[in-house]
Amino acid sequence: MKTAKTKPTKWFSEKLKSIPQQIRSLSVLGIIFVVMFLFGRKLLIPKTFGEYGYYRSVAVDLNLAVPARYAGQQVCAECHDDIMAVKNQHPHRTIACEACHGPGLAHTEAPDEHELLVPEEREFCISCHAYNPSRPRGFPQIDSQTHHPSQPCMECHPPHAPTLPHSPGECRACHSQVATTLEESHHQFMSCTDCHQVVAEHKIHPREHIPALPQSRELCADCHAEGREAAVDAPRIDMATHGGNYVCWQCHYPHFPEVQR
Amino acid sequence: MTKNQTAQTRREFLKRCLQIVPAAALVPLSAQAFAAEGYDPTQHDYGMGIDVHKCIGCGLCVQACKIENQVPQQPFYFRTWIERYTIPVEGEILVDSPNGGSQGFPPNPLDPKEVMRTYFVPKLCNHCAKPPCVQVCPVGATFVSRDGVVLMDPDYCIGCRYCIQACPYGARFMNPVTRATDKCNFCYHRITKGLLPACVEVCPTQARIFGELTQRPNPLARFRRVNKIQVLKPALNTEPKVFYANLDGEVR
Repeated sequence: MKTAKTKPTKWFSEKLKSIPQQIRSLSVLGIIFVVMFLFGRKLLIPKTFGEYGYYRSVAVDLNLAVPARYAGQQVCAECHDDIMAVKNQHPHRTIACEACHGPGLAHTEAPDEHELLVPEEREFCISCHAYNPSRPRGFPQIDSQTHHPSQPCMECHPPHAPTLPHSPGECRACHSQVATTLEESHHQFMSCTDCHQVVAEHKIHPREHIPALPQSRELCADCHAEGREAAVDAPRIDMATHGGNYVCWQCHYPHFPEVQR
Repeated sequence: MTKNQTAQTRREFLKRCLQIVPAAALVPLSAQAFAAEGYDPTQHDYGMGIDVHKCIGCGLCVQACKIENQVPQQPFYFRTWIERYTIPVEGEILVDSPNGGSQGFPPNPLDPKEVMRTYFVPKLCNHCAKPPCVQVCPVGATFVSRDGVVLMDPDYCIGCRYCIQACPYGARFMNPVTRATDKCNFCYHRITKGLLPACVEVCPTQARIFGELTQRPNPLARFRRVNKIQVLKPALNTEPKVFYANLDGEVR
């Protein structure tokens, strides 16, 4: 019994002695290094690191903890449903309340303490509606220098129901995008029917009776040919050499000619 | 006397330890309380759509983003910004973004006769499915969350700026206040509560659409169904989750 017990230790110590002495003392150092590494690793790696991936999962909570400033449109509707009902029937329906009135979460929590912005100055409306060639075609834009410069916009265009002060003309009712584009062009004072022959049935069956486009160059030549007397400021071209077989509108978009301003 | 004192301090020490235990247990609870109740990040896969044709360059999104996320008001710090592309008839393409477009845009510096076409492009972090910025972070301070948003860990960021260099979209900056890298996080504190990101909320023309990639129906799913979609720099294989409709080939 006794020999059997001592045998493995004897075997082990013999094996240990067969390892060179310098390796034995170095391995002690090695074990200390491994233990220190494991301890240091535990100490340095943050607690929640690696829970869901190669990051601290506390970081998600840090991102969540940011206080919000904007309440969102649904909250506004809870009290101001009357204004919302008006707004939803007009072109500004896509604009959230806080786009103009500023961040409103504080106002929703304490309506009397935190008043919201009510931008009434021209500059605010103009930040969207001033003419800028980079803006999409058809977006309603004005030249702020010439468009009633001294009047605040709201006098004619109530911001929650921003319709035009006059009801749209016959063509504009359907072709408002073309109409707003035309307002920016040199041709703004021409009426649609100057160029397009519109039959009465077009209003009943618009696709079956499509208004005609000008088929000859004579219409444009009235103003743009050399030697004509109409429209003194209009650019002149030599009809004989300019354009070849093409009708004018095949190169020049008349609702918004390339030559502007 | 001294022995008595130490005994008292030891007692006090143990008392304090007992007080700390329940307080420590409460900390993770309060952190979880920020998210909406029952919010499961594995059930979401967020993305954004941008219709370039609809952007009017008003800068409301840039302003709202700065307010909502407390981005420093000085120039050059933006989580989202607007670029104006002007393609002249001849010569180099002009791209400008004065103050990120937050105060709108001045008249085009080029003569209208020289301009072939011009448009605005809103930009932000693309929340790539394969983000190069996450690849290079040496400490794991930026990561893709389980709901597909690329988030920052501002407390853990060491400020080495590797991610700023790695981002091909220039969406990251060094926040001088937190001294950590900062970027768009889709207003993570809002979207987890069911609100829209601030930029999407205030966009007057609905040029920005927010929604989910896999779940239907939602506004982004419709946006991707009805439009022809492009992403920025597709050749880099970053798989962005910000989708552009009506994007011009010149946009980088």
